[in-house]
Amino acid sequence: MKDESRRGFIGKAFGAVAAVGGVASLIAMKKTWDPLPSVMTAGFTTIDVSALEANKLEIAVWRGKPIFILKYTDDMKPTDGRTVKVGDFHYSVMIGLCTHLGCIPAYRNDQKDFKCACHGGEFTSAGINKFGPPPRPLDLPPFKIDGNTLVLGEEGPEYKAMMAKAGGA
Amino acid sequence: MAEFKQADSLYEWFDQRLGIDKFVKVMMTEYWIPKNINFLWAMGVLLTVMFTLLVVSGIFLLMYYKPDVNMAFDSVNYTIMQEVGYGWLFRHIHAVGASVVFLVIYIHMFTGIYYGSYKKGREMIWISGMLLFVLFSAEGFSGYMLPWGQMSYWAAYVITEIFGGIPLIGGDLVVWIRGNFYVSDSTLTRFFMLHVLLVPLAIIGAIVLHFYALRFPHVNNEAGEFFDFDEEAEKYLAGDKKNSKVVPFWPVFLSKDFFVLGFFLLFFFYLVFFHYDFAMDPVNFDKADGLKTPAHIYPEWYFLWSYEVLRGFFFEIAGISGKSLGLIAFALAQAVFFLMPWLDRSPMVKPANQRPYFKYWFWFLMVDLIVLTVYGKLPPTGANAWVGFASSITFLMLFISLPFVTKAEAKKVGGK
Amino acid sequence: MKEFKILAIIAALVGITYYGIEPYAHHVMHPEVKAADFTFGDLKNVDTKLAGNVANGQVLVEANCLACHAIEAAGHPAMMPNADAAASYGVVPPDLSHAGRIYDKNYLANFIFDPVTAMKLSHKYPAGGAKTFPMPAYNWMTPQEIMDVVAYLQSVSPKVAEGQEAHKATYDAACGRCHSMAYAKSEATTPKDAIKAYMGATPPDLSQYIKSRKEHYLHGFINDPQLLLAGTSMPRVGLNEKAQEEVIAYMEEIGDSKKAERESVGLWVMLYTFVFAILAYLWKRKIWSEVH
Repeated sequence: MKDESRRGFIGKAFGAVAAVGGVASLIAMKKTWDPLPSVMTAGFTTIDVSALEANKLEIAVWRGKPIFILKYTDDMKPTDGRTVKVGDFHYSVMIGLCTHLGCIPAYRNDQKDFKCACHGGEFTSAGINKFGPPPRPLDLPPFKIDGNTLVLGEEGPEYKAMMAKAGGA
Repeated sequence: MAEFKQADSLYEWFDQRLGIDKFVKVMMTEYWIPKNINFLWAMGVLLTVMFTLLVVSGIFLLMYYKPDVNMAFDSVNYTIMQEVGYGWLFRHIHAVGASVVFLVIYIHMFTGIYYGSYKKGREMIWISGMLLFVLFSAEGFSGYMLPWGQMSYWAAYVITEIFGGIPLIGGDLVVWIRGNFYVSDSTLTRFFMLHVLLVPLAIIGAIVLHFYALRFPHVNNEAGEFFDFDEEAEKYLAGDKKNSKVVPFWPVFLSKDFFVLGFFLLFFFYLVFFHYDFAMDPVNFDKADGLKTPAHIYPEWYFLWSYEVLRGFFFEIAGISGKSLGLIAFALAQAVFFLMPWLDRSPMVKPANQRPYFKYWFWFLMVDLIVLTVYGKLPPTGANAWVGFASSITFLMLFISLPFVTKAEAKKVGGK
Repeated sequence: MKEFKILAIIAALVGITYYGIEPYAHHVMHPEVKAADFTFGDLKNVDTKLAGNVANGQVLVEANCLACHAIEAAGHPAMMPNADAAASYGVVPPDLSHAGRIYDKNYLANFIFDPVTAMKLSHKYPAGGAKTFPMPAYNWMTPQEIMDVVAYLQSVSPKVAEGQEAHKATYDAACGRCHSMAYAKSEATTPKDAIKAYMGATPPDLSQYIKSRKEHYLHGFINDPQLLLAGTSMPRVGLNEKAQEEVIAYMEEIGDSKKAERESVGLWVMLYTFVFAILAYLWKRKIWSEVH
């Protein structure tokens, strides 16, 4: 009797230890699939916008996507819910991929708008679709304003407010 | 220890140590197959041959392929296709083979459904077979990524993006699968690992299970007839070959398979050498460019019906977004086939043309799948989107109705 | 008999599916466009029936064209290295040695008269717009003078051996300034940054364009890019039909060099497989005769 219950207990204890080893191995394997540290840090891009020239499109790269950053001139009017204020200036911050099929629209300084070469779509300087096949405005990347710098990848309060507004529209 | 006498021949030496005689009898010369079969029964051997062609051609491609986003495309389209001796041949066999194997899989699968070869003891054959379908799908999907052309990249992008639809963990899951925020080198190398090692090993394991599961319930026959295999085998071995209802796997069953194989290979090689665009899409001869979306993105033909179910739901219903509905429908569509043995409530094992209601169900399914396949390729605009929606709903309805249809049929036939 | 019926049903289902996803779907995605016009019938500014005077043409060319264009075949090498030429003009001006051979006569004459219209690039260089095409229009020349120039260019065009030599020569002259072809180990003669700025986007590498676009599309596209890719920066280059075939042949030599081998091996393999199938059938009949 005693032997059986000891054998039973040791059997269960052995089984439990083996199971723990198995689970630990699976956790390790899961971590091998995780994106590398270098990838995670690249998930955040910091841009010093104060150095930018007005009406000259700046293209940064964030998570493999082109990000349009356009500093407004004095006569360019900010669009409510789309334009970002950093310090004393207004900026458009948007993902530079046409919402039709993902081509990168070109900025026209003289007309202060974007024209997509692929199928003729047009967007305002604030990225709102105004002509052609694009179904919606240029998407907004998550961003945070930190003094005079823009951190792409983090959701700051201004971003959250803009998304809430866009969701309600 | 067994007693080992002096062997009289090399054959006997091996037979003493490996039991070759017994093995050959069990696996080949006394493995009994019904005589009452047609050429559709050859699809299994065709699949084995296709899989072998894919593995062998894959081995040679592996010698020169470079799994790196900067080198993959040229290693295939310059080195393998234009420099390596017969490299082009192995690439064509591999690409066309991957496409044609699905044609044979579908014929094999629908033969099983038509003849009711998934029930009455054959459930594990069916389940292991459906498992093979899923594994081959994973193999095809991962393999298509490797040449790193425009279609490789964008198919990978679209399909990995789907997982973002899963609530709560979706966003993180997509990044975890890709190994990056976007489809990149880490995605390519891990899918290379899956394609070259993990999934092929799983396929081999599933094939062994599939072949093993066939042994106990035995292969089905054209009439769905149940008979005593041992009795029929006795007849055959006693010399009454003409009256026996069974034939041995070797040489009788395989001789028919080889004949079917011969004409099939004629068709296959014609495609390999002269008509391969359906399997080697021209769009994939443009290098992958994450910043340039092709005008038309579509998966390989064998995924089109699934793809159409995925995008068939393009508007919100009862508060659930079209995107989520599509994802749920897509998951269900894959799962329902596994459930065939239990959705079919009639115990009748008969070809569909002898089942009063099932025959309509079967051909309705065939037509619906063809519609889904063709519309999966067309741009989802205007009327096409509505046809996609209707045929996706029809697909789900077909499987939901199957238990009722077959239960009514069983009643009508008197539960035979 | 029953097995033939089964085969027929499978063939029908597969055939219908194939038709839907290949010929039909491709027709929907790529609607047919106008056939290629090698007469360049929309260009009518110069009377090409006029017989050109080669000697006068030489005088005109030496006076007007050599400032920017080289003509190696007539003993006039390039005046400056490609990088400098690209910096000056935006793109490397073509060497005109092969121009007389590869460009259609009507096109060439009208090109000299008004380059932008001939190339169908009015959308990029609108009249009176900020951007001007580096080559001026020679619409001040008389039609006779233009035909003299064309005649001279045709006379200096070197003879090239049919086949690979012609293919490469035509391709290099017609496409090589803007397009790279990595598989032929050639880069565009205009440096990369310059051509990107000049065109708006880098012209694609053509190594696999014979495989990605295929002959039918290229045939139409080269003849009139705007018809298949409206708004493109690529000029209509004005190749005559023979030159265009030479370009496509070169693209095939570089992009699909194993085509001949593939087709020859294919026939042998199919013949072998047919013999295999017949023998398999005969063996099957013999084996099954014992069990039926």
